[in-house]
Amino acid sequence: MSQLEIKDLHISIGDKPIVKGLNLTIKRGEVHAIMGPNGTGKSTLAKAIAGHPDYTITGGDVLLDGQSVLAMEPDERARSGLFLAFQYPSEIPGVSIANFLRAAVQARMAEGEELDASGYYKRLYAKMDLLKIDRKFTSRAVNDGFSGGEKKRCEILQMAMLEPKIALMDETDSGLDIDALRIVAEGVNAQRNGPSAPGILLITHYQRLLDYIVPDFVHVMYDGRIVKSGDKTLALELEAKGYDWVKQEFAAATA
Amino acid sequence: MSSPVSTLSKLTGSFTAEAFAAHLARVAHLPSWWLDRQRAAYARFVELPMPKRTDEGWRFSNYTALTLDGFQLPPAVKAEQIAHREIGVTGAGTLLLANNRLAQHVPLAPALAQQGVIFASLQHALLYHGDLVRSHLLAQPSKFGSDKFAALHEAFLEDGAFIYVPKGVDAELPLGVFHYACGDGAAVFPHTLVIAEENAKVTVADFFRSDSASGAQAAQFACGGNDLYAGHGAQVTYVAMQDWSRDTLSFQFNAIVARRDAKVLSLNLHAGARQARHESFSQLAAPGAHSEMLALTIAHGTQEFDQRTLQIHQAPNTSSNLLYKNALLDAAKTIFSGLIVVDPDAQKTDAYQSNRNLMLSDEAEANSLPGLEIQANDVRCTHGATSARIDAEQEFYLESRGIRPAQAQELLVFGFFEEVLGKIENAQLHDTLANIIREKFKS
Repeated sequence: MSQLEIKDLHISIGDKPIVKGLNLTIKRGEVHAIMGPNGTGKSTLAKAIAGHPDYTITGGDVLLDGQSVLAMEPDERARSGLFLAFQYPSEIPGVSIANFLRAAVQARMAEGEELDASGYYKRLYAKMDLLKIDRKFTSRAVNDGFSGGEKKRCEILQMAMLEPKIALMDETDSGLDIDALRIVAEGVNAQRNGPSAPGILLITHYQRLLDYIVPDFVHVMYDGRIVKSGDKTLALELEAKGYDWVKQEFAAATA
Repeated sequence: MSSPVSTLSKLTGSFTAEAFAAHLARVAHLPSWWLDRQRAAYARFVELPMPKRTDEGWRFSNYTALTLDGFQLPPAVKAEQIAHREIGVTGAGTLLLANNRLAQHVPLAPALAQQGVIFASLQHALLYHGDLVRSHLLAQPSKFGSDKFAALHEAFLEDGAFIYVPKGVDAELPLGVFHYACGDGAAVFPHTLVIAEENAKVTVADFFRSDSASGAQAAQFACGGNDLYAGHGAQVTYVAMQDWSRDTLSFQFNAIVARRDAKVLSLNLHAGARQARHESFSQLAAPGAHSEMLALTIAHGTQEFDQRTLQIHQAPNTSSNLLYKNALLDAAKTIFSGLIVVDPDAQKTDAYQSNRNLMLSDEAEANSLPGLEIQANDVRCTHGATSARIDAEQEFYLESRGIRPAQAQELLVFGFFEEVLGKIENAQLHDTLANIIREKFKS
């Protein structure tokens, strides 16, 4: 069974430590939610694991199926099965979604292997239908002029096409109205079953998303660490008591 | 002439009086007015100095590398001897010129020929349509300080392509012209003349290639030109693809005349050559005329691409839009020098000029010299030049999907070029351009 192990991970931006010893194991098929107040290091965690050059890993390790990914370039990490759904996906003018996704699918094939174009488009259209994305989108430039909801659906479409082992979903609910949120959640839930279901790390500030994508585990992150873990009821408790509750508990524990 | 021999040979290089006599002997059957012009052009070539450091028209360019030595007028080659790669734009007819001679002619679709469209070699046109050629061939002055090389082109021009579309005829399917240089040291002088009469419509794809048999490193010399004439209401689309060998010294002189309400779209793709200078001169000669001047360059290794442009608005209500995009890799160098001129009575001119450089290497060098010269008072003219690196967030986004860095770069370059490529409506032509760009990335 594929799994992602995050071991005593420390991450800095420049000289500033952001993540300060984080431990978490995500198995394929599981959905883990990480909740926490703003500025606590949630997005840093996701981007650093994906290999974003702005973040420095200063300690600990990240293992995918027992292999450390830290020495890998971002593209190697992706091909070995990691996927980051961006909070703010880049707009790439002039590069169509079809060409972009085809390049990503082709990058995963052995050298000399030819992409079956008709099979590719069949699969792409099926996933687009599921996410209620107009087929005309394939010729549109990646995220260029997309609404917030369109960008997030496009992220989920990429995840569906690339079938990662582990998906890190960074604030996938931000900027979405309730209809868009429902469509995005359906798209994620459709990938939760079957042998190719990824392990999902769902980063969110709000409990709302978890009504639609029900997590198996909920973790509360504060000041660069996981300070509390539980099942989905923890999210409800957080919603009721607010993050101040976590801050107070954390302050009491470290006093 | 009393110049010492050493100075003279420096001024002519391989293009000696003997070489010119040999050329004249080969074209003796052509009309005397044309041969007189070639003789006069040769005399100008011999007399004119090579570019020097203080020449404004050669600012930033490596003028010291403009050697004319080591070339020769190459022997004839047969079409079968050329590793000719077919392309999918042979919709209406093909002309294949190799080493300055017609090597193959796939005639026009009969429907077009019946309507009076002429698609023939330049020699055929000189012999049978002399008046048309006389009024349009090399009829525009050299404007950029390359008079010497323009004269060399005119003197040694042996054959080329002639395209004539009569009044009201739509020859929209692309006509394909291939100019090949074959063999080490080959000197070629390609020319394509396009005349579109009133309300005619034509698309021409002009290819410049070195025979792959002579190797990517063949040292060649190409000195070419093209004249595009769009009559009243005519629409001319001209796409040139320069893919000479990597050790070619290339000159290309492009002259555009757009008459009343005419629309000319010219796109030059620059991929090949060691050092390539491209000059483009657009004249908006009558009200309503429009010229869309586009160029894409992929510069790698130590290639130098030197592009000089002039948009002259001679009449009111004319418009022009220049968009030159360069992608620079390695230690490559580009120069863009563009000028918009608006004549005093060309009111309501709408002119745009933009040079955008995508820097893919710290060692690459992009030079931009945009310019305006406006003598009318009611005009809209804008110009600008930018140089930018690849956006790190965009690159990370692509790589985070598993796309390897080299391919991510290629995709981003295509994205950068798409603004220009997207203006080519013919899908086959669009794909052909994209393929040349893609191949350049593989090399």
